[in-house]
Amino acid sequence: MFVCMSKKRIKMGIEVKLINGRTVAQGSNLENKLSEEYFNAAAICELNGSDMEKLGVAVGEHVKVKTNAGEVVVKAKKADGNPEGVAFMPMGPWANAVVSGNTHGAGMPQFKGMDAKIEKTGEAVLPVKELLQGYMK
Amino acid sequence: MEVTDVVCPLCGCVCDDVVVEVEDNKVTKVKGACAVGKSKLMGHGRITSPAIRENGILKDCSYDAAIKRTAEILAAARRPLMYGWSSTVCEASKVGIELAEEIGAVIDNTASVCHGPSVLAIQDVGLPSCTLGEVKNRADLVIYWGANPAAAHGNHMKRYSYISKGYFLPEGKKEKKLAVVDVRETKSAKLADVFIRIEPGKDYLVLSALRALLLGYEDVVPEEVGGVPKKDLLELVKMMEETKFGIIFFGMGVTHSRGRHNNIVNAIQVTRAAHKHTKFNIMPMRGHYNVNGFNQVCTWETGFPYSVDLSEGYAWYNPGETSSTDLLMRGECDAALFIATDPGAHFPGESIRHLSKIPVIQIDPYANPTTEFADVVIPAAISGIEAEGTVYRMDNIPLRLRKIVDTEYMTDEAIMKGILKETRLLTLSRRL
Ligand code: SF4
Repeated sequence: MFVCMSKKRIKMGIEVKLINGRTVAQGSNLENKLSEEYFNAAAICELNGSDMEKLGVAVGEHVKVKTNAGEVVVKAKKADGNPEGVAFMPMGPWANAVVSGNTHGAGMPQFKGMDAKIEKTGEAVLPVKELLQGYMK
Repeated sequence: MEVTDVVCPLCGCVCDDVVVEVEDNKVTKVKGACAVGKSKLMGHGRITSPAIRENGILKDCSYDAAIKRTAEILAAARRPLMYGWSSTVCEASKVGIELAEEIGAVIDNTASVCHGPSVLAIQDVGLPSCTLGEVKNRADLVIYWGANPAAAHGNHMKRYSYISKGYFLPEGKKEKKLAVVDVRETKSAKLADVFIRIEPGKDYLVLSALRALLLGYEDVVPEEVGGVPKKDLLELVKMMEETKFGIIFFGMGVTHSRGRHNNIVNAIQVTRAAHKHTKFNIMPMRGHYNVNGFNQVCTWETGFPYSVDLSEGYAWYNPGETSSTDLLMRGECDAALFIATDPGAHFPGESIRHLSKIPVIQIDPYANPTTEFADVVIPAAISGIEAEGTVYRMDNIPLRLRKIVDTEYMTDEAIMKGILKETRLLTLSRRL
């Protein structure tokens, strides 16, 4: 748990190990990525119920996921299959927004077991086109 | 019209017993595929026309114009990257490798971001493996390690492993055991007789402990390893020792984590250690239906399976240097061709930045995040639905994809041949 003091409010956050992987809903829209179904399936972060409580977020509310490589806003989803302190994001452009490109000489980025911080946010989840435009600047 | 024995062009299971109903040249019903495969066979929105970006906007053009533009970009590039190849057939990859030689490109496939570490490990220590047919007919212990087939390979358990009935195991599931090792309780884990939850990034430690136990060195294993109590490891080892034919299927939970290829080397050594007691096998759960096929074709054409740099006139292979993510992070390539893949969605965000600075060519049936920044877009026929060709299943068995409906789209192979021909004209005139 970490507390970040800003002038106006106190943001509560948690530190997690972040994992990317496949889901049925993400896979079913693998070739339909500009659709709303894909947005709903992939722009999410699955958290254990008690982690959600710590963050004070309800299912469908937004969280900001931060790593050394970047940050991204997605919807929170409950998944008690995750142990406390492990967050899961379906593979796709939202999850990859926070993956580092450093392969440590192995050619393979570390998509699983990243150190990440998660906090509640009121910011919007970017649709895929806007997310990609962020890289084009 | 009912078409039987359709081969599903989605994941590395390459299910070849799907039944499809076709009416008016459209797939209307799919039987026998998993949810993910069915979704692909039923079809999604397509790229409607070849297009070239002008002043930031993609403008429709003819196939000829898009192929010519592609050839101009590739012929002018000094360090082109040609990446993808996993959702297309071997015939297209073969032409791709010829083109890569012609222009001195780096050619790489999606193994680079999925089972590349497995390939490195197999080159290092070999792979005691078998076919999925043998697994179906013989395996009485199935271990999924860092793999969640319930989500990623929907029919895997039913067709080949835990839930299938085999020649020597006619009762199916009743005669088999399932163990799942993962960092979270996945859908697959819920079906398992034994679920072992390990801490993220601790695969190597747990594998080392198993290896020690299988080799009879119980005294060196502490009471807890990687979050797993020793008694749970002993239970798994007992299952492994008592099985007649065991198999470890490992997924990206192992290749994507800390340790990468070292984890796989250790998993292969665990399999070897199990040979002290019984017959044991290990197999990577290859993701896309033909990610393996590219590795096969690339190996027999260049000597190496992926991340091959042909710029010097000979094949140079050094993942970590010649792999796509590293090339992009170093800002090294000056043009990129992506075929049957979507780096916009599946590459680390920070590596995509470089792609906005160089010309990008996309060849794919579907619009996706890569289309957002591609400068030339060439729509292709869908292999396995609109085009036939050879693919390699995850156990290295080649299968022939079928064509089930007609199309006006060009196939990947025809597009690649067109690009090769046009590029040759340009490089030839440059040499003269
Ligand atoms: S398991 Fe794979 S190959 Fe089989 S139907 Fe599903 S997606 Fe297709």
